[in-house]
Amino acid sequence: MNAIRRLLVCAIFVAGSGTVVHAAAQEKYITVASTTSTEQSGLFGHLLPIFTGKTGIRVRVVALGTGQALDVGRRGDADVEFVHDKVAEEKFVADGYGVGRKEVMYNDFILIGPRSDPAKVAGGKDIVAAFKKIQAVQAPFVSRGDKSGTHAAELRLWKTAGIDPVAGRGTWYRETGSGMGPSLNTSSSMNAYILADRGTWLNFKNRGELTIVVQGDQRLFNQYGVMLVNPAKHPHVKKDLGQTFIDWIVSDEGQKAIAGYKIGGEQLFFPNAKR
Amino acid sequence: MRAPVSLLPLRLENVTFAAGGRRIIDGISIEIGSGGRTVILGPNGAGKSVLLRICHGLLAPTSGSVVWNVREPANGRHRQAMVFQRPIMLRRSALANVAYGLKLAGFERRERDERAHRALERLGLLHLAGRSARVLSGGEQQRLALARAWALEPEVLFLDEPTANLDPTATREIEAAIAGIGAAGTKIIMVTHDLGAAKRLADEIIFIYDGRVLERAGAEGFFAGPSSREAAAFIHGELL
Amino acid sequence: MMETTPLALKQAVDLVSGLDPQLVEIVTLSLRVSFSAVVIATLVGLPIGATIAVARFPGRQGVIVLLNALFGLPAVVLGLLVYLLLSRAGPLGELGILFTPPAMIIAQAILVTPIIAAFSRQAIEDAWREYEEQLNSLGANAFQAALTLLWDCKFSLLTTVLAGFGRAVAEVGTVMIVGGNIDGVTRVMTTAIALETSKGDLPLALGLGIVLMGLVLVLNATAHVVTEAAKRRYG
Repeated sequence: MNAIRRLLVCAIFVAGSGTVVHAAAQEKYITVASTTSTEQSGLFGHLLPIFTGKTGIRVRVVALGTGQALDVGRRGDADVEFVHDKVAEEKFVADGYGVGRKEVMYNDFILIGPRSDPAKVAGGKDIVAAFKKIQAVQAPFVSRGDKSGTHAAELRLWKTAGIDPVAGRGTWYRETGSGMGPSLNTSSSMNAYILADRGTWLNFKNRGELTIVVQGDQRLFNQYGVMLVNPAKHPHVKKDLGQTFIDWIVSDEGQKAIAGYKIGGEQLFFPNAKR
Repeated sequence: MRAPVSLLPLRLENVTFAAGGRRIIDGISIEIGSGGRTVILGPNGAGKSVLLRICHGLLAPTSGSVVWNVREPANGRHRQAMVFQRPIMLRRSALANVAYGLKLAGFERRERDERAHRALERLGLLHLAGRSARVLSGGEQQRLALARAWALEPEVLFLDEPTANLDPTATREIEAAIAGIGAAGTKIIMVTHDLGAAKRLADEIIFIYDGRVLERAGAEGFFAGPSSREAAAFIHGELL
Repeated sequence: MMETTPLALKQAVDLVSGLDPQLVEIVTLSLRVSFSAVVIATLVGLPIGATIAVARFPGRQGVIVLLNALFGLPAVVLGLLVYLLLSRAGPLGELGILFTPPAMIIAQAILVTPIIAAFSRQAIEDAWREYEEQLNSLGANAFQAALTLLWDCKFSLLTTVLAGFGRAVAEVGTVMIVGGNIDGVTRVMTTAIALETSKGDLPLALGLGIVLMGLVLVLNATAHVVTEAAKRRYG
């Protein structure tokens, strides 16, 4: 009987301490809403320790699809937005949810496809022409279909090609409704074409028969922007700490850190903050 | 510690009990006093167990009233106790089961301990005090139930067919214990359909049939010559 | 995929046996969150289960049906609801705990409470059916009776709590949404497995999977031992 009582007291103490310890570690931190593809590229693992080392501010990254990342900002659940969908970002600012948008860097998308290359697009430099060929032969194509920046870019390319891919939904055009990684997994198992960001691809281990087939087209460049969630709309936003992050990432030091991130010797992100 | 004013006599005034559309107790008015051991006898389905529960307060009568000589305080239950046909034991030791009843009755730890040990000893169970109550034999558990009731030193002890599920040896032990408890001053009110048990234990018989008291007499007189037809048939083992 | 699995498995085992710091941090957080959640769920769920088991009130059957239905509540749905509740734009936004461990603890506590309440109700109701007359005869009031039943059923209640803990530690739907899977802050075993798998990076995912499976096994074995011990002791 006594043993059980003692055990109960211990249990409650430990459970309580769980939350107390958290509260006690009330460090300086900001919440940054970003995208899954950015996190999965590994950039944050490289960049944030440098920032924290310099400023003592910890950065908590919530990685979601662009749509949800912006929604989180709209609700005031994050301090800073760091996404790559210029159109959506500018609307975000126009609607009053964000302030002080700055361009930070760009990375590029690449077209991934099976080595067997049924649409015969490998080695090409024209992404729109490649898309047309894929639709012409009805080669399997995987789309993220999740309102992400990558998805938005993909849809813009289809539009430029004058094709409505949704007509092929369920046959050659497959929407997974998921992130870059899971979608790549799906392509790998289906031997399908897929538009991906270079960062996720370089980190992706489960390639199967897939390889890069088209890259370098200007239209594949993917611009990143950073902005503060509007403190006028959400007074609790950590505007000073958040602004410190934004100022740092467009500064020489931040831009150099971005350029310094390499996978297998290859640079992923190209800093282009305006002076 | 016995209160100066007795709980008894217990008076039932025109008590009825209906359930599921059936009248199980059909108008019983009776007074039970403090003398001797009262056995409520009757065939199965006569309503004996229900009547006992109404007396003890486990069931409320559909109409009519149950009146004790003094009104018991709300938590003064330990002045009457009940032993059921099947002993109900908590998942604890034999001693702890007895102590549990005492704790509910408000006794302090030292007195609980003393009373519990005495009760176990009285019922010949002291050597099983630490044993888990639910692994004891049927007879031992029923004795334990008696010990639990006896430890409370109740004024009235209700018993509902206490030996119905026991073998002859255990039956003898239980009946001896009941007799002993009665001799020590507790009023025994026992329900049974077993003629043998009734003959051995009763000082007074209340014969129940079909929810009504058909006859009430001293035990000797009742068994020698019952006045009702049903009682006579019952005693001779005929179907009613 | 086929030929990399044995290699990934070996690397996973190395991570576990070598107590890789990242793995340890994730496991520790999972245990802390789920343990706290289960403590809360037990403190709330047991009295609810006991009360429903013993009390009689109009609509009781409806409450029992609702309770049993609630523990089939999909974790993602609960995650969404708690997310809306705790978001700054929501009613409890003032607390500012979205994307932190307390949010995960709350969400998991809500997830597990119906499990504990429903199972304890069943156990206590069975016990009450057995003990009701005797406890009434001995003069126990409703509160005393409830406590007696809870203590009497303690072993079966313990297995219920273990089941609740198993559910909490193995779920991904609520903690993903309300925690945000933030590296080093709200990344637990299940969300980490989901993330690493989606990256196609298997060793850490497999390592965590091994730990999680091991934990579930231990929980079940403990529950089994407890049940057997109780049976032997009490019959």
